Amino acid sequence: MTREELQEIAENELEAREELDHLIFVCNAASCQSSQGLQLIESLKSGIEEKELGDTVEVKGAGCMGLCAAGPLVLIEPDGILYTQVKPEDAGEILNHLESEAVERLKTDLEMPFFGKQVKIVLENSGKIDPEKIEDYIAMEGYTALNRVITEMSPGEVIDVISDSGLRGRGGAGYPTGLKWSTVGIAEDVQKYVVCNADEGDPGAFMDRSVLESDPHRVLEGMAIAGYAVGADKGYIYVRAEYPLAIERLREAIKRARRLNLLGNNIFGSQFSFNLEIRLGAGAFVCGEETALLASIEGRQGRPRPRPPYPAEYGLWGHPTLINNVETFANVAPIIRNGAEWFASIGTENSKGTKVFAMAGSINNTGLIEVPMGITLRDIIYDLGGGLPEDLKFKAVQTGGPSGGCVPEEHLDMPVDYESLKEVGTMMGSGGMIVVDASSDMVSDVAKYFVEFCKSESCGKCVPCRVGTAQMYDLLDKISKDEATQRDLDLLVDLCDVVRNTSLCGLGQAAPQPVLSTLEYFKEDYDAHLQKATDKLTHAVQREE
Amino acid sequence: MQHVDVKQPEPPTDDNRWKLLQGKMRKLGIGRSSLIETLHNVQDIFGYLDESALKFVAGTLHVPLSRVYGVATFYHFFNLRPQGEHTCVVCTGTACHIKGVDKLIDQIGEVANVEPDETSPDGKVSLLTARCIGACGLAPAAVFDGEVVGKLDEETVTGKLKGWLDND
Ligand SMILES: Cc1cc2nc3c(=O)[nH]c(=O)nc-3n(C[C@H](O)[C@H](O)[C@H](O)COP(=O)(O)O)c2cc1C
Ligand code: SF4
Ligand code: FES
Repeated sequence: MTREELQEIAENELEAREELDHLIFVCNAASCQSSQGLQLIESLKSGIEEKELGDTVEVKGAGCMGLCAAGPLVLIEPDGILYTQVKPEDAGEILNHLESEAVERLKTDLEMPFFGKQVKIVLENSGKIDPEKIEDYIAMEGYTALNRVITEMSPGEVIDVISDSGLRGRGGAGYPTGLKWSTVGIAEDVQKYVVCNADEGDPGAFMDRSVLESDPHRVLEGMAIAGYAVGADKGYIYVRAEYPLAIERLREAIKRARRLNLLGNNIFGSQFSFNLEIRLGAGAFVCGEETALLASIEGRQGRPRPRPPYPAEYGLWGHPTLINNVETFANVAPIIRNGAEWFASIGTENSKGTKVFAMAGSINNTGLIEVPMGITLRDIIYDLGGGLPEDLKFKAVQTGGPSGGCVPEEHLDMPVDYESLKEVGTMMGSGGMIVVDASSDMVSDVAKYFVEFCKSESCGKCVPCRVGTAQMYDLLDKISKDEATQRDLDLLVDLCDVVRNTSLCGLGQAAPQPVLSTLEYFKEDYDAHLQKATDKLTHAVQREE
Repeated sequence: MQHVDVKQPEPPTDDNRWKLLQGKMRKLGIGRSSLIETLHNVQDIFGYLDESALKFVAGTLHVPLSRVYGVATFYHFFNLRPQGEHTCVVCTGTACHIKGVDKLIDQIGEVANVEPDETSPDGKVSLLTARCIGACGLAPAAVFDGEVVGKLDEETVTGKLKGWLDND
């Protein structure tokens, strides 16, 4: 494969599209598949055959278009009409209206803030290409960034571009990506590895799954560029087994990229080789932690080990290993294509670029969005999210999953970036955002729920986490059942302190966060339970007398 | 490199599926690091991991049985017992929790006579729970025999289960 051949594939694909009058994209990511998306594709296809439109209209299965709650979604190009909640029996009507006015009852307003306020980098192709066709990705300038780095740039130059862009890890903690790459880059070893963390164990988050299902080649390209930059010729994608569609698409993507020699040996005729393999997770949240993930790839129980040494120095089978999240890798190719300055001009001073969030819970537009860093939570929830369903009152938004916390109304105007979120006691995390309404009780619905999660997902290696989360859970259970006293609450706070400061890995260290944050902002929920406990006791005593 | 000819164990029975497994194991590479992938394959082929399979895997990969057992029990995804005719995996992730999935689990339990993480006495239905199946936008969600179903309510749940129970 040469640059010219790459260009030729792109041009052929674009020409084929030009020849069509209409291209119909139907979302066939997991969410829409579950709402009859596949049947819809079938009935559109047979409709086209019946009406003999085959030469002028084509239907393509595409990736996620974001508005999952209103699926299945259909995008008609070049007109840019988006239909929502389309049923297989609507196919005929849609085809009949291709040359005339759109079907009003299915049409969605693309000017609405849900679409208008998004800035798409990671999801730029999502919904606009068929994830199972490598030509579609190439038509969107796919693999040109890989070509450029291999043929024109030194590994050091690639790392500089990533550093200058200000990209930070999207897997949670926000570590500067360029810095991590350069640590692996300067490590001396003949064997190095690149690993993509696609474990996405955080419940309520599905950004990574969506990227893998909608645009898998973008992740492969990012990983190959990383391999070139740090000097690794081998990579692994660690995907959770709960994502069968993502795994299937990744397998297909790797196969096709290899066939075109965009992965494999001597890519673009250079000295650079990069081979990729998929490794499946097996349902353990702790395996998202980087050292546990490496143990799991090696075929062992996924238990974390103390760091340092960091994987950048001592990773897979003892070799320097670069681990990044799916979304982090998905940002790489566009940065190379458009330059560090372009990326750095989006977002805030210390948090550059965009972030993909999964909105769920008590919110109208549940689904996936990509917004520039620095946007306020209020904008996300009320403009993009369309607010809460009527007669529900906002109480909090939970971010960062089991390691995060809640943000109450009073902080909604704060900009969304790594530091601001930390300041109010939560974190960016992987991007799950759950809106909680006033009918929820923060003790049992949030604090107890997450502590139960951490308790059952604790790998058991260290005592503070194994025993501490269990005791925290018991105390929260007691509180939520109106049986606790102030002493129990005090004990809970002390325990949080111990677990946070003495646990070995991030799971235990962050487990108290949902408790501490609900205690800080929703103390009244805890007090109400304590009060009820006192009342129960008083009644009991009175009855005795 | 020194060439070591290590003896491979014979399959426990003459069931042809063992041959299939052996083929897959050769493709993955016979080594300790293939353990988890191998267990995935066993579960794909046989539905669950029984003792004879664990022993066979240990023998073939030259890994102590204790370690194979340790790995098989560490990860939630592996079943050590056979599953029912139908499986229902209900998501208990945050979004589904907030949308009241607990009530649905109770309801499934009642209709199909099964406890969470168990198989009903008649072997018809296994009820499992998962930490987020990635369909949070459609919460509450579950997977019925491999098919993701979102926006679950009592009616759909009963419908699905009745379909299974009445059908055979
Ligand atoms: C308990 C635990 C679970 C984690 N789960 C994930 C995960 O599912 N996906 C992920 O990318 N990072 C996860 N992380 C963070 C990773 O350890 C690691 O920091 C990240 O993959 C680095 O990639 P990044 O720099 O691109 O963010 C988890 C961390 C902890 C402590
Ligand atoms: S903090 Fe918890 S999950 Fe992490 S190593 Fe210790 S016991 Fe395991
Ligand atoms: S929380 Fe249920 S699908 Fe994610």
